[in-house]
Amino acid sequence: MAHIILRHRDIPELNTLPVYQRNGGFAAFKKAVTGMKPEEVTAVVKNSGLRGRGGAGFPTGMKWGFMDNNNWPHYVVANADESEPGTFKDREIMEGNPFQFLEGVAIASYAVGANAAYVYLRGEFWQVAAFLDQKIEEMEQAGFLGDKLFGTDYSLRIYTHLGAGAYICGEETALLESIEGKRGQPRLRPPFPPSFGLYGKPTVVNNVETLTNVPLILENDADWYKSLGTADSAGVKVFSLSGRVKKPGNYELPFGTTFRELIYTHGGGIIDDRPVKGIMAAGASSSIIVADEKALDTPMDYASVRTLGGDLGSASVIVLDDTIGIDWVVNKTIHFFKHESCGKCTPCREGNYWMQHLTERIHSGQGDASDVELLNSVARQMQGKCLCALGEFATMAVVTGIERFPEDFSVKTRV
Amino acid sequence: MSLAEKYPQEIQKIFAKYPPEQKRSAVMPLLYLAQREEGFITKGAMEEIAGMLGIKVTEVAEIVGFYTLYHDEKAGKYRMQVCTDLPCALRGADKFIEELCGNLGVKVGETTEDGLVTVEAVMCLAACDKAPMLQTQGSDGINYHENMTVDKTLELIEALKKSVA
Repeated sequence: MAHIILRHRDIPELNTLPVYQRNGGFAAFKKAVTGMKPEEVTAVVKNSGLRGRGGAGFPTGMKWGFMDNNNWPHYVVANADESEPGTFKDREIMEGNPFQFLEGVAIASYAVGANAAYVYLRGEFWQVAAFLDQKIEEMEQAGFLGDKLFGTDYSLRIYTHLGAGAYICGEETALLESIEGKRGQPRLRPPFPPSFGLYGKPTVVNNVETLTNVPLILENDADWYKSLGTADSAGVKVFSLSGRVKKPGNYELPFGTTFRELIYTHGGGIIDDRPVKGIMAAGASSSIIVADEKALDTPMDYASVRTLGGDLGSASVIVLDDTIGIDWVVNKTIHFFKHESCGKCTPCREGNYWMQHLTERIHSGQGDASDVELLNSVARQMQGKCLCALGEFATMAVVTGIERFPEDFSVKTRV
Repeated sequence: MSLAEKYPQEIQKIFAKYPPEQKRSAVMPLLYLAQREEGFITKGAMEEIAGMLGIKVTEVAEIVGFYTLYHDEKAGKYRMQVCTDLPCALRGADKFIEELCGNLGVKVGETTEDGLVTVEAVMCLAACDKAPMLQTQGSDGINYHENMTVDKTLELIEALKKSVA
């Protein structure tokens, strides 16, 4: 099947303006601005079943519909902070298919009545930001951005904003704080960004991949998009496959593709043909799924992955084989979350600190059974008490690792 | 020379991105500008930025402290930041950084004798399918180097050495 998001893999030089235009580029944006009311655009996206690709899976059109029309101006912010260990799709999209992404930003902006949009990129994407700046300039020169677009009263500018190394800025309210020139720490929610966002104004925050879907949905209509994927999860998804597979990479597949197909057909199987042991479907924030036959045959959509005691999240599938100790995995993930905790709320700041001491001790063979118990207890005490999802996610690998792979925690501990 | 004297056009471009009453948003791009000078941000630059934005120096310093790509101390001309997070570690990143350090005769966090390279272990850089990988952060920005081996990295260091000579 032809790609929808990673279309640059089918069409050479799609990241140049003439090629993008020759392949229908900006027709959808023009159609929206010149022929549709903003709420009609939102309705198409709502009907398509598109859900947020950043991890939470929230219905995109519904989010746009939440914008407070009694408070202006409105903003659109594209979340290009891509920092979840195991996720590397947005960078490929922005480098390979930048205009489709930017057209998605533009259509979203028109739909919610925003005249300014920001693309927030993680600081490490320095080169990508420079590349997008250049593409934005080309769009301005070609009349796709700027004042009075296509002879209407609608005006739009898109700006890039570089972060500077903080995982937490992927959380939408922390991201907004960061654009405002503050430390990237999450806000208490509600209010949510569509009522109180950037500079306190209504703001839609969408992931890069989510927005990149939009031009083709508008061009081909909602039913076309809904016909792809499953009833619960419409459309296609870019699965970032990493870890102990022969061919790691991004694979754009319909929702509902099985783990087995992703890992064996596309990923070429496990390195040295070892057995697969565990799967983390949503990056380091994941529960660790026991990779038995049933799990491998499970379709990857939001609802089905949940039946395995996991979450699909941003579909950053990290594969673990039988050479990998789960105690080591948990130590790695906690090291990450301890480093990235923003420090604003106590359960996350202190919980990760203590969990790191414990996982380090257990992994190095210095711990005993009571340390495993204490680790589990600290993780469970954090659950449901953190200000944002980061703290919650930090506990996932710990709790499920101990529960589902107990032997990996007993071998190294002195009972 | 002050930032305002040295980079008037860049500064104007930065402020144009944000609403005029939201000047504080410019703090992050201005800090990158300040870091171009010596690879770290001086107290003087922080004071100048605070003045431009009408905020306290502490409010600028807390941004420098919070975000890992801003530095307030001198290091090597290039920071060589190796991702050692879970997906990269599953593909040999820990062994890679250990061997690299062994070859350079430094520990993680230390700078080579000639002052060219500081080796650092960092969190996920969103290139998990191309591990081992690293980024180099220098005054000219950040560059990714993917599917690396120790030999390729040593070649890269040679090239950096020549470029600054």
